[in-house]
Amino acid sequence: MKVALFERLSQGHQTSRYPAVLPALPDRLRGRPTVDAAKCPPQCRVCVDACGVQAIALDPMTERPNPRVDLGKCLFCGDCEEACPTAALRFGPEHRLATSRREHLTVQQGHEYALAEQLGAELMRLYGRSLKLRVVSAGGCNGCEVDVNVLGTIGWDLGRFGISYAASPRHADGMLVCGPVTRNMELAVRKTWQAIPDPKICIAVGACAIAGGPFAGHPEQLGGAAAVVPVDLFVPGCPPHPLTILDGLLRLLGKVRG
Amino acid sequence: MSDRWCVTRNGVAVALRDVPDLSLDVMSADVVAAVSAGARLGCWSGDGEGRIVAVLVDDAAGELRVARARVGDRYPSLTPSCPQAHLFERELAEQFGPVAVGHPWFKPVRSHARWTPGPDAWGRAADMPIVPGVVETFRVEGEDVHEVAVGPVHAGVIEPGHFRFQCHGEQVFHLEIQLGYQHRGIERAAVGGPHPQTLHQMEAAAGDTTVGHTWAHCLVLEALADVAPPPVAQDLRATMLELERLANHVGDLGALAGDVGFQPTASFNGRLRGDFLNLTAALCGSRLGRGMLRPGGVRFGADEARRRDMTHRLHAARRDVTGSVELLFHTPSVAARFERVGIVRPEEATAAGLVGVARRACGTAVDARHDHPVGAWLQTRVDPAICGEGDVQSRAWVRWLEICDSLELVDRLLARPLDGELRVPMPSLRPDHLAIGLIEGWRGPVLHLGLTGPDGRLTRYKVVDPSFHNWMGLALALRDEQISDFPLCNKSFNLSYCGYDL
Ligand code: SF4
Repeated sequence: MKVALFERLSQGHQTSRYPAVLPALPDRLRGRPTVDAAKCPPQCRVCVDACGVQAIALDPMTERPNPRVDLGKCLFCGDCEEACPTAALRFGPEHRLATSRREHLTVQQGHEYALAEQLGAELMRLYGRSLKLRVVSAGGCNGCEVDVNVLGTIGWDLGRFGISYAASPRHADGMLVCGPVTRNMELAVRKTWQAIPDPKICIAVGACAIAGGPFAGHPEQLGGAAAVVPVDLFVPGCPPHPLTILDGLLRLLGKVRG
Repeated sequence: MSDRWCVTRNGVAVALRDVPDLSLDVMSADVVAAVSAGARLGCWSGDGEGRIVAVLVDDAAGELRVARARVGDRYPSLTPSCPQAHLFERELAEQFGPVAVGHPWFKPVRSHARWTPGPDAWGRAADMPIVPGVVETFRVEGEDVHEVAVGPVHAGVIEPGHFRFQCHGEQVFHLEIQLGYQHRGIERAAVGGPHPQTLHQMEAAAGDTTVGHTWAHCLVLEALADVAPPPVAQDLRATMLELERLANHVGDLGALAGDVGFQPTASFNGRLRGDFLNLTAALCGSRLGRGMLRPGGVRFGADEARRRDMTHRLHAARRDVTGSVELLFHTPSVAARFERVGIVRPEEATAAGLVGVARRACGTAVDARHDHPVGAWLQTRVDPAICGEGDVQSRAWVRWLEICDSLELVDRLLARPLDGELRVPMPSLRPDHLAIGLIEGWRGPVLHLGLTGPDGRLTRYKVVDPSFHNWMGLALALRDEQISDFPLCNKSFNLSYCGYDL
């Protein structure tokens, strides 16, 4: 007869000690990319052509190429890194990616990346210690949901930061959207947003919810949550690593800085 | 089965001139005969040029049979004599217009307008907005009968879908499932491709089945281009596929435990699922396996040090999963909730054309890795894991048997050299060809079908997620059950909404 208590002891304590200790991340993780434009050969546009979702652009004004990566569109697939002949464009281990504004999701040499800011004083007073989110899945691949969900497991234990997922919009302080917002989900997203009492926040998780992801341009979808509601936090990735999502949430609540 | 049909195999392309153009009557009669002789209808879809392409999957013979037939605005429905065609016929009507006359429940599948010009199958004007979920639903009438409507947004981190229960008190007479909320146009967008974004869309057909769908897609493209990925790439694909199966099955057993209030396994497995996702990330950097499979091979190999590290972590996870799951199955109160709940009878499963875990839980030994092997499965034999009761317990037990098998498979795969030549270049696709890719993902067989035109571009691309076949199974499992058992039954299938909605 198996005894639950013994199994519990054998499994041990498994909750990550983050944010005190950064958990080990896979060495091949594709986090925030870096661009070393000094290595870019003149006239080169290999990375631009390698990208399947047009996330990389070159400024027409500059003499030498200085690729600009839009992390809102980026799927972090690494196809550009693989194609780059001089290793000028590389994905690094940096997991901190979430921003407060869409236009801050830009990586380019000479451009400082502005991470998400803490909520304003009134919202901090209300939600700084307890934030309940209604999660709406709106037309992605369910991949972002996987990593949103995982934060609720014992490995991350989201509850210890005062954040939890609410079963009704009436009980929520904000909405977390995954997916590009399909035409078929537009009404449901609007109604969910309306049903959440004011003041409220909206968090867009994943490339889909930021800019349509791999489905950008399809007439069946609207190109992200911001087409329907105002967004307060953008978490890039396809899907973002759970730590990237958590980092974004904690930045919003002023629980991690730097 | 008739020898009029073109016979092919998984991942082997055929020239379109070798695919017979039958009359629709003959093709329909052949499908009915073949399905009653044990074949499965793998596909019944428009080719975008006024024809239906039919694929029969013959698991016993390891063969795929293909034929096509011209179809007009109306044709006699196949469903009354072949129920597994029910959803294919509705999908065909929604995409291309042909009305299946005599279909017992003829309604749209994903709530979108017809792709090609021409009359709408339901007589809706071209400029009429299509409101999702606003469709006729089956209703039971009578005193004390009531209806429960749930969704599209659910109370949790779950995909959207609409469920209608016809109930008498607690008892469910009938459940109708209306999806389409996740529809984002994947198949339509693939036409004229493969485009630069096509591969990424296939990776995102169903995020939890990234490897299954991407492998099926690569298989189709490689067959059409007539290239074979290097053996090492095949082993790496198999490793990825089994890690995906492990993560999802382990997660599902935890979720089932959670649904009957058995907290220990729910908690342990929630964490352990992450361990398998992290093993996937150890290979390719992405927990879902994004960026690993590429037409022609794979992106990343594993040297000895990486394989050793992964094996070590695999063994640690194996210990903990075994402890956690044994606890689940040794707990009498769990057995009391799992057993004889949500039963699908074998004859129902056959009629509805269920596949994968749900089908094996009704005692049928089918598994594409065994029946239609490609790549690593040609050397490594996998026997289907079966259990015969068709209830929640059986679906849970099949998952456990498969967890044990996959742990063993990954262990063996990691013992092989996994670096060296990983990818071969992809030439362009051969014009006027057709190919089918069939990969046993963790839910069941993922089928992709690609057709090329005279310019070697895709003229039609069809994706059939196992969920497309199996949502009907959930509806059948709920008959006469208590509505309070819906979450448990639902979790025991754990079907994909986005894989169905595409
Ligand atoms: S961003 Fe990527 S992982 Fe997230 S839902 Fe969209 S396709 Fe899936």
